[in-house]
Amino acid sequence: MKARLAVAAAALLASGALHAQSTLDAVKSKGYVQCGVNTGLAGFSQPDSRGVWKGLDVDACRAVAAAVFGDASKVRYTPLTAQQRFTALQSGEIDVLSRNTTWTITRDTGLGLNFVFTNYYDGQGFMVPKKLNVKSAKQLNGATICVQPGTTTELNLADYFRANKMSFKPVVIEKLEEVVNAYFAGRCDVYTTDVSGLVAVRASRAQNPADHVILPEVISKEPLGPAVRHGDDRWFDVVKWSLIAMVEAEELGLGSKTIDQQLASTNPSVQRFVGATGDIGKQLGLDNRWAYNIVKQVGNYGESFEANLKPLGFDRGINNLWTQGGLMYAPPVR
Amino acid sequence: MRARAAAAQLALLAAVGFVVWYLASNTAHNLEARKIASGFGFLAREAGFEIGESPFLAYGAADSYARAIVVGLINTFRVALIGIVLATVLGTLIGLARLSHNWLLAKLAAGYVEVVRNVPLLVQLFFLYAVITENLPGPREALNPLPGVFLSNRGIAFPVLAPHAAHAWMVLAFALGVALAVLLARWARRRQAATGQPFPALAAGAALVLGTPLVVFLAAGAPLALARPELQGFNYAGGAVLTPEFAALLGGLTLYTAAFIAEIVRAGVQAVDRGQFEAAYSLGLPRRRTMRLVILPQALRVIVPPLTSQYLNLTKNSSLAVAIGYPDLVSIANTTMNQTGQAIEGIAIIMAVYLTISLSISGLMNWYNARIALKGARQ
Repeated sequence: MKARLAVAAAALLASGALHAQSTLDAVKSKGYVQCGVNTGLAGFSQPDSRGVWKGLDVDACRAVAAAVFGDASKVRYTPLTAQQRFTALQSGEIDVLSRNTTWTITRDTGLGLNFVFTNYYDGQGFMVPKKLNVKSAKQLNGATICVQPGTTTELNLADYFRANKMSFKPVVIEKLEEVVNAYFAGRCDVYTTDVSGLVAVRASRAQNPADHVILPEVISKEPLGPAVRHGDDRWFDVVKWSLIAMVEAEELGLGSKTIDQQLASTNPSVQRFVGATGDIGKQLGLDNRWAYNIVKQVGNYGESFEANLKPLGFDRGINNLWTQGGLMYAPPVR
Repeated sequence: MRARAAAAQLALLAAVGFVVWYLASNTAHNLEARKIASGFGFLAREAGFEIGESPFLAYGAADSYARAIVVGLINTFRVALIGIVLATVLGTLIGLARLSHNWLLAKLAAGYVEVVRNVPLLVQLFFLYAVITENLPGPREALNPLPGVFLSNRGIAFPVLAPHAAHAWMVLAFALGVALAVLLARWARRRQAATGQPFPALAAGAALVLGTPLVVFLAAGAPLALARPELQGFNYAGGAVLTPEFAALLGGLTLYTAAFIAEIVRAGVQAVDRGQFEAAYSLGLPRRRTMRLVILPQALRVIVPPLTSQYLNLTKNSSLAVAIGYPDLVSIANTTMNQTGQAIEGIAIIMAVYLTISLSISGLMNWYNARIALKGARQ
């Protein structure tokens, strides 16, 4: 843990001139995308029983690889804790950070990052054991609360308790596995993180999920999405439009199973999207079939959501398309 | 010849200077190019996060990063200091037990040393932490082994003396007792050197150190009001709490380092020639005084240098606290780096602090080593 931070800091010290090579060229020449992901959050990024990484954030990495190489499998994953993630990106250890990370102004400006797009709209919540009989976050005065360090969660938590004139004892553990163990062992009364994290943890780690309740209060806005390093616009564009393509595909009704039949579609939007007309791919510095490859190999946003999050009990909610009353809105691909 | 050596040294100095300059300017350039903030200005900004334990310095989320880092520093000191004392005591006992003529005791001590020093400390920390949090009941079903003491997976809540004016005077009296005991010991040594008359300086010193505060305590009417922990809402309030994180870290560091210290003590005692025992006995020195005046001073010369390394190791190992959630310096500096993005400054602070602590410990131990070295012997 420390070793990685120290190495990253050393890399910042020693890395050569910045603009020698753009990230896109570097990624193309090494042959894979190095993607920073969570150490194991069900539904977002977690290795399955065969060691294959799965999840919504993993699909973002795979989409970038499909766009750049035409092969979604050309990704290498770097599992990162919340504390390590930004240094890993700043130092060039990874090319993309896709690790359920909240987009904030401090991170955009002070940390040298650029958030590209939101792939999950979330908010912070609280989970408590049912037997404590707590009905509202306002009843949590004096509670011991498990939280991961280096997160917006940690800051929102302190803000919320300050604003409501309540006190709490934090138990701050770096690794998700350990902090969740501490909560389930009863070291804490409450576990707090983004609601998506609470749902995923409850579904995947609780002995009996029905023993834990998520309180109704959602105390913050947490737009989660991938980030890249500041100052490399070409790479920023590639990652941004790879994500947008997944949302646009859903809106156009293109899915991994159906897109081949749609290749001959006369709809000009679809023709542009799959690269039959125009040269959008070339403008990105990619193959013209970049978006086709993403949808064919990774699927559209809705498919990714269904595959990764539905089984854990997630509801589309505000993460539905704007046409369905949600917030997922893709700028036009033209 | 001398000119060539000087030229070589100048060239080396220039090379080192160039590397430092290159790293510094390159870093500044890269930070600027990536729009990463730099400088130590962030230390004065509001930290915004809470810290689980800050025993000697009041801290809240509205305080600055600098204050948060100081809290981390205090927590590191707290666990390292107590750990060093406990590991030394435990290590010495185990080391002596391994030399014992009692077969069972010696083998147990040997087994302890081999098992504990060959399992990675991080694993031991996870193990201890899991033992505490998984096995102890919740606060509402806390064990109550002694009146006012509650043992749960939130830690040990125990009563403490309610603050009273006399307590400050007792601390002063204690310091006075220590000073008097030191003077007494000096006087006794001089007298023995001059007249050969021994004086029970140790017993008298102990009486002074303990007795002086006791007199103050009794004179003030024995103020023994206790602040007792009571279950309020989720947790125990009042009294004091030893958290599971602190207990697991302290326990892990103590047990692990004690295994190494045991071997150092054993080696030190065994390094003293048997002839020294025999010579002391033939002079008619009793066994305890043989140990204190003849064997220990010679053993200490062997023990102290490696012991210093163990103290340094223990202090640095305390940074493993991150893994089990004890808010030590590294944990808080990591969070600070993450919130502000200023990894270089954060790592620099961590390095500077550990370097200072380590150099202080080794300076202190070198001074002690010089004191107990053979007088007139070549260093």
